Formats: sequence, C-alpha cells, structure tokens
Amino acid sequence: MSGNMKLTLKVWRQKDAQSAGKMVTYPAENISPDMSFLEMLDVVNEGLIHKGEEPIHFDHDCREGICGMCSLYINGRPHGPKRAITTCQLHMRSFKDGETITIEPWRAAAFPVIKDLAVDRSAFDRIQQAGGYISVNTGGVPDANSTPIPKVIADEAFNSATCIGCGACVAACKNASAMLFVSAKITQLGLLPQGQPERYRRAQSMVAQMDEEGFGSCTNTGACEAECPKEISLTNISRMNNDYLSAKLFREEEVHHTGE
Amino acid sequence: MSLDGKVPQGPLADKWSKHKFNLKLVNPANKRKYEIIVVGTGLAGASAAASLAELGYNVKAFCFQDSPRRAHSIAAQGGINAAKNYQNDGDSVFRLFYDTIKGGDYRAREGNVYRLAEVSVNIIDQCVAQGVPFAREYGGLLDNRSFGGSQVSRTFYARGQTGQQLLLGAYSALNRQIHAGKVKMYTRHEMLDVVVVDGQAKGIVTRNMITGSIDTHAGHAVLLCTGGYGNVFYLSTNAIGSNVTAAWRAHKRGAYFANPCYTQIHPTCIPVTGDHQSKLTLMSESLRNDGRVWAPKTVEIAEKLQKKQITAAQVAEEDRDYFLERKYPAFGNLVPRDVASRNAKEMADEGRGVGASGLAVYLDFADAIKRLGEDTVKAKYGNLFDMYIQITDENPYKEPMRIYPAVHYTMGGLWVDYNLQTSVPGLFALGECNFSDHGANRLGASALMQGLSDGYFVIPYTLGDYLAKIGPAKVDTNHPAFAQTKQDVIDHVNRLISLKGTKTTNEYHRELGHIMWEYCGMARTEEGLKKAKEMIQALKADFWKNAIIVGKNEEVNASLERGGRVADFIELGELMVDDALMRRESCGGHFRVESQTEDGEALRDDENFAFVAAWEFMGENQPEKLNKEELVFEAVHLSQRNYA
Ligand SMILES: Cc1cc2nc3c(=O)[nH]c(=O)nc-3n(C[C@H](O)[C@H](O)[C@H](O)COP(=O)(O)OP(=O)(O)OC[C@H]3O[C@@H](n4cnc5c(N)ncnc54)[C@H](O)[C@@H]3O)c2cc1C
Ligand code: SF4
Ligand code: FES
Repeated sequence: MSGNMKLTLKVWRQKDAQSAGKMVTYPAENISPDMSFLEMLDVVNEGLIHKGEEPIHFDHDCREGICGMCSLYINGRPHGPKRAITTCQLHMRSFKDGETITIEPWRAAAFPVIKDLAVDRSAFDRIQQAGGYISVNTGGVPDANSTPIPKVIADEAFNSATCIGCGACVAACKNASAMLFVSAKITQLGLLPQGQPERYRRAQSMVAQMDEEGFGSCTNTGACEAECPKEISLTNISRMNNDYLSAKLFREEEVHHTGE
Repeated sequence: MSLDGKVPQGPLADKWSKHKFNLKLVNPANKRKYEIIVVGTGLAGASAAASLAELGYNVKAFCFQDSPRRAHSIAAQGGINAAKNYQNDGDSVFRLFYDTIKGGDYRAREGNVYRLAEVSVNIIDQCVAQGVPFAREYGGLLDNRSFGGSQVSRTFYARGQTGQQLLLGAYSALNRQIHAGKVKMYTRHEMLDVVVVDGQAKGIVTRNMITGSIDTHAGHAVLLCTGGYGNVFYLSTNAIGSNVTAAWRAHKRGAYFANPCYTQIHPTCIPVTGDHQSKLTLMSESLRNDGRVWAPKTVEIAEKLQKKQITAAQVAEEDRDYFLERKYPAFGNLVPRDVASRNAKEMADEGRGVGASGLAVYLDFADAIKRLGEDTVKAKYGNLFDMYIQITDENPYKEPMRIYPAVHYTMGGLWVDYNLQTSVPGLFALGECNFSDHGANRLGASALMQGLSDGYFVIPYTLGDYLAKIGPAKVDTNHPAFAQTKQDVIDHVNRLISLKGTKTTNEYHRELGHIMWEYCGMARTEEGLKKAKEMIQALKADFWKNAIIVGKNEEVNASLERGGRVADFIELGELMVDDALMRRESCGGHFRVESQTEDGEALRDDENFAFVAAWEFMGENQPEKLNKEELVFEAVHLSQRNYA
C-alpha cells in the first residue's frame, strides 16, 4: 500500500562536525499516513540513493520508543508535535497532506553535530559514569526479598528510571540544561534503600560532571518536562537540588575520584 | 565429526559447582596483566564487561550505537524468569530446567540449561542490588507473573520495560568500571573481523563509524556478545541495527555456526500494514495472561470483518472460536510461542484471519476489563496499549487488538561448549549470539535470563580457566595476522564502496526477507527450501553486480554500514536454508511439512535428529561441512510435547 501524502521537507544537512551546515529542501512523495516519521525519511533516502546522492543521516535503532537514539527537531519541537512520544513513534497521520516540515538536529553546545541530524550525546554517558550507579560487584549480594521496598516508592523510582537518555530535554531548553536527565537518575537511586549509602556523593559527582560538560543552568521554565517523551517530571529536579544542597552543606566529599 | 560440548560428568545438580571447582583460577595479582575484548554491550556484553573488570581484568568494550545503553536488549518488554519460588506455587530449579528443555523441544543441552536455571536466582538478587526497580507487592516484596509455556508465576518484571531496566542496571555497572579505568569503551565502532593467531582468537578489526578508520585491537581473548540475526527476515521485532556481521565474520574465521535455521516466531506482534514498514512491533506475551485470542468461526464472518462491514464487538459469542482455549485447555492462551504462532497462521490460512489483510487474529481484553476494571488493565498493560494505539490508531480498550506472528529471536548462533567457548579457542560467544540454551524454541522471559547468566555468572569463571592456561604473555598488533586481517577488511569495504549499480541494499534486504519468510519461516518443505537456495544464490550474485553504495569510507556512511550487513545476511540466509533442508523433522517453531502427526501437529524425529547441527565454513562458495553434537538426555526423557 503506497500512500498519497505529498510533503516538502526542509532538512539540516551538515557533512561533519567541522563543516558548516545548511537547510536543504526535498520533496517527499507517496507517503502513507501509516508510516512512521522515520519510515517517511527512509523513503526519501531510498530516492536519494537511487539518484546517487547521499542519504540524510539520522540516528535511530529500536524504532519503538525505548532506545532513545532517534533525535529529531521537527517543526521546532524535539520529537515533533505530539506529547510523550519519540520521533520513531510519530506517524505521518499527525501531519497534513501538502505540509512543509522542518527537520533539524538537537541544538546544544554539549551535543555537537556528527552529521546531518545526528549529534554526539556522549556527555550523557560521562555524567552517568561519574556516579549514576550503585557500587556493587557481581555476586555476594543479599537475597532480593531481604530488602522490602514499599510499592509506592518502587513505582516512583520506576517513573524516574524510565528516562531513555534521548536528550530532548536538553534540546527543548533555552539554556540547554541537562537537569531533567541527571535528576531522573539521582532520584531513581536516591529513592531506593540500595541507593542510600552513595546518595549525596552521587548527587555531587553527577552534578559536577554535568557542569563540566558545558550544559546550561536550569531556570525552571519547564520546557524539558513538556517535551520529554517519557514524561519525567520536574519534581525530579527538586529532589536532585535537595540532595545536592544537603551534600554541599553537610556531607561534601572528595568526588573526583578515579581508580580502585 | 562428532563434537564435544564438554559438559561435566556427574549428577545434573552438581555439574556446575564441581566444574567451577575444577576450573583453573587466575591469581588476583595477575588478572591485571590480561586484556579482554568484549564486542557488544547489551545484557550479555555489559554484564560480562563489568563483571570481568570488577575481577581485575582490563577490558575493551565495543558497540555500534552511540552508547551502550541503546543495545537491542533495551527493548525487551515482558520479563525475566527465575526459579525463586517466591509465589510458593511449586517452582524449583528443576522445574525451570524441565520447562526450558521441554519448551525447547529437546534440542538444547541438558547441562547448560540446568546451570541457567540454577543461576537464575542469583540474577534477580544481583539486579535488585543494582537498583533495578522490579514490580513490587504492597508488602514490599517482589511481584511475579506467569508467561507463555509455564504454569507457575516465576517471571520478574518492570512494567512492560524489563529489558530497559535490566540493561540500565548492567550499563550502570559498566559505567562504574569505565569511570574506574578498568573498561575502555568504544562506541560507534563496528567489529568487522576476528584476528586468529596460531588457531587462537587474539583480537579484532573495527571500523570507526565516524571517521571510517579501520583499526586492530589485540587481547588475550575475544567475547562476542553481539546479539541475534532475526533481521535476516528484513521485517522482525529486532532493532534496525541488529545484524549478524560479527558472528558471520567469526564463522568465516573458523567458528562453527549452530542450528542457524532455529528462528523464533513470536505470536503477538502488530500485523504488517504495508510495504513501507521497516520493522514489526511486539506486543508483550504477558498480554496473553488476560487477553483472549480468537478468530471468527466462519470465513464469511472473517470476510465481513476484513472489509470493515462489521466490528469485532458485533460478532456473537457463539460465532467466535477461542482456538487456543479450545485446543489446549490446560494452557489455554498461555501455550508456548510456537504453538500459539502456528495456530494463528492456521486461522489465516483457513481464511479466518481478520484485519484488512486477513493476516491477523484478535487478542481481546473485553472480558478482562469486565472482570478487573479498565483501571487495573491500564495499570498492568497501559504502556503496551499506548504503543498499540500509537502504531495502529485503534483503541484496544474498546476493540480487540489485532496480532500476528513475527520473527523475534534466533536460537541458532555460534556453537559454544559448556564454557561458552566457540570452536576457535579464545573466542567466546555469549547471549543471543550463541546457540546454547534454548533448543528449537525459546520460552518467554528466558533470553534476558540467559544473557545475564552468561555475562554475570558463567564467563567470569570459565574465561579464567582459558586465561590461566595460556598465561599472560600478550600478542600485540604487530603480529602479521593483524595486518593481514585488516587488509582483508579494507578489501571488503572497498569492494562494497565500488558498487555503483542501481538497486539499494535495502531493496536486496527486503527481497531476501521475502524469500526467508516464504520458504524458511514457520512452515518449510523440501521443495520450497531448494527453490529458496537458488533464489538466494541468484540474489547474492546480483548484489555484487547491481547494488549501489553511496559516499566513501572516510565519513559517517549508513549506506556502507548497511551494505556490509546485508551482504552477510545474504550468506547467512543460504546457510539457514541448508540447515532447514537437512533437518527433516518438525521441532519447536520449525514445521517441516513432511514431518507431522495425523492431526497436523509437529512431529519430531529423535532417532535421527537429536543433535546440534554445527556448520563449518569451508571457503567462499563451498558447501559448508556439517558437524554434529549428539544431545544426550540423562535427567529427562524425551516425550512428544503436548499442551492439551
Ligand atoms: C521487542 C523484544 C522484546 C523482547 N522481550 C523479551 C522478554 O520479555 N524477555 C526475554 O527474556 N527476552 C526478550 N527478548 C529477547 C531479548 O531481548 C534478547 O534476546 C536479548 O536482549 C539479547 O541480548 P544480547 O546481550 O545477547 O544482545 P543485544 O542486546 O542485541 O546486544 C548486541 C550488542 O552487540 C553490539 N554489536 C552487534 N554487532 C556488533 C558489531 N559488529 N560490532 C560492534 N558491536 C556490535 C550492539 O551494539 C549491542 O551492544 C525480546 C526481544 C525483542 C526484540
Ligand atoms: S529526561 Fe526525558 S527528555 Fe530527557 S533524556 Fe530522559 S527521556 Fe529524554
Ligand atoms: S529509535 Fe529507539 S527510541 Fe526512537
């Protein structure tokens, strides 16, 4: 079943991190409303390859809204016009026939462009590496049921744990702040009993790394929460601020510690 | 040749502890003298890399995504099994072992499966200690649910996102070791070959996917944790990037490929709607706990439904065929995947399928909503329902879901022995990349279990034995084998880049997928398989003449990446067909039309086929050689699977 929608795409093309980029216009034809946004781009790309032209590069993998890899700025919004979904879950039925769609990469100093629509989000990994974990080795752990966790707490921790690390929060923020992402991990682990021993130290390490990566500061605008595909809530940021402040005031530790 | 799986002697329950005691140890002070290469950082790879680094080894880990957190494991929905018996419903290590062996239609190795069941209990403890937020009861203890193919509730879950939470747990353990300097992580790197020195794996060749730089890396051992190859069918539930390249190139360097034709078809996926589709989406099997599967009783009603002349709700109760409940009363909608899939296909084949294409059956929640209330159903399955709405634009709270089988998981993979070592010493395979624990059919919630078992609890022991035997002297990348293998990779890349034909690699991939699904999918015949073989050979020849790859190597180039993967899929496809052709029996989801019972059920042939088929690469365009590992069953006796 081939489709009947016809669209005009304005796409950011940039050869690599060093080159300057520009908007290029492409027609997208025979688009079915049942296609996902990425499948629509696949169709356009097949056409480009047939002409010997380089396809539009974009990041993606799972195509079911969970890996966090797809990252498109569509008509001025991360992951497009609909709430609480990723770009790969966005379907063309959300657009009108004949529409012009503008597609750009995430824009943030801490996320340099790699090519076209793909950016480097490794800053996120480095923040997690700085302390986004519970220090436990494999083996020798207590029986899972020896630490009961009230369902409400477990559910709340889970809500924070659903962050997919996509970076839409950063892209949506006028300051390119990474607070929502960082606070989600700090909250998840900070709520659980297993996370208590390192709770304050974790907040310090992760925040320090976040600052080092060049993300902007949070001015409580809330664009992150509004655009987050997993509806991570702003209360995570309050929790993180609390933990960070208590750490600063009462329990500051040497945090930049590498090695054994 | 008959292969030795090296399963230790002695009673089943003692094998692993005895084996662990007999394995050689590497002295803690010596561990830092060893370098281990881990390719892939999904559940198997991330857990292995983290655990080995914790022990003191130096690890280099690789993945092709931009972050280890994006590995395909992230997408697993339903849950992970463990024989904890927290529900006091009669579960035990032996029962989990037994269900898995039987579910795999007696084509898995007893020793491995028992070990898997044994360490399953440790996995849950490990994950909880890492902060994985599993579902809890109000009393604060862990909750469980039941899953296809089992009559006990042994599945641990984190809403519909179990894989995500487990992977993030392993990813955090990995991150800790990256921070500690014990793991060096290479993201956006694709492994393109294994370097074999004097018969032992000593390194790999990678392509940096940003710069195109082709580099070699040396290590004392190489662990492939690169996932499955379901994307050979083009449409599957796998992530788009999942591919066979690492395993296939290793195969060409001497690693045997076992049971390649064993593909799992998952019964509850969202049906195909059109040619544009790039992948299929799974609806977790856990939905079958509360959803009831049915098709209309007659073709006439089915046709009306297909044409949207009536809605599902308008089909009277007596006109519905709850075929799983009718045919398999003891298991009902919870029969194993192969049984559920085959029955759905039968409905469609009889003309009783629903949806515009007729290639679907209903999964109906009306009764569950009546019994439990919409809120409870929402709490249990809400995110899955949302996903369904997103994709189909239909509301499963109001009308039944449409589901159909789709390719989901591959039970075949690199042959490994009990130590997870391939036929190339020093080359190990973990997780979905190996063939070992699932037999001809994988039960639900056991792939996550196997990935983590291999990574956290098996390889840290068995790898040590190999390392202790070879000693810490290191082969470095100056050895000529590295330069030679690198050159082979460069030649292959150049060959691809120079293809300036007219057909995109995506088009070849789709064609391959059609052939595989049609002739090597849920039902196979000798005639069809022979035809498929010819078609694939023709496709391969055409690919190397008429494919088009744009751009150059020295840049980000998705067209090149995809081209390399499709070329490997085509070769694998041929081997899958050979394997299916050789296996003249029906087992698991592999219905060989020539081998069925009088009532049309799958008929195994234990006399002739109770073996693992391990294929050996004999050179380009040469027929592969079949090696057999006889499967010996001591603890269970082989019976016809019967879920009635
Ligand atoms: C939609 C879906 C739902 C599922 N649900 C369940 C479930 O509920 N329960 C269950 O038990 N199982 C489930 N499964 C199966 C399970 O998720 C997988 O079998 C399992 O996660 C595989 O893990 P892995 O670590 O072996 O491989 P993957 O997670 O596939 O990881 C492969 C890794 O290898 C890397 N890689 C691959 N090739 C290369 C290369 N050439 N060079 C460098 N790196 C490479 C990738 O980057 C990645 O890091 C599900 C699968 C799907 C598709
Ligand atoms: S907080 Fe939301 S928007 Fe930010 S990375 Fe996580 S999922 Fe994406
Ligand atoms: S491709 Fe994985 S979230 Fe979109």
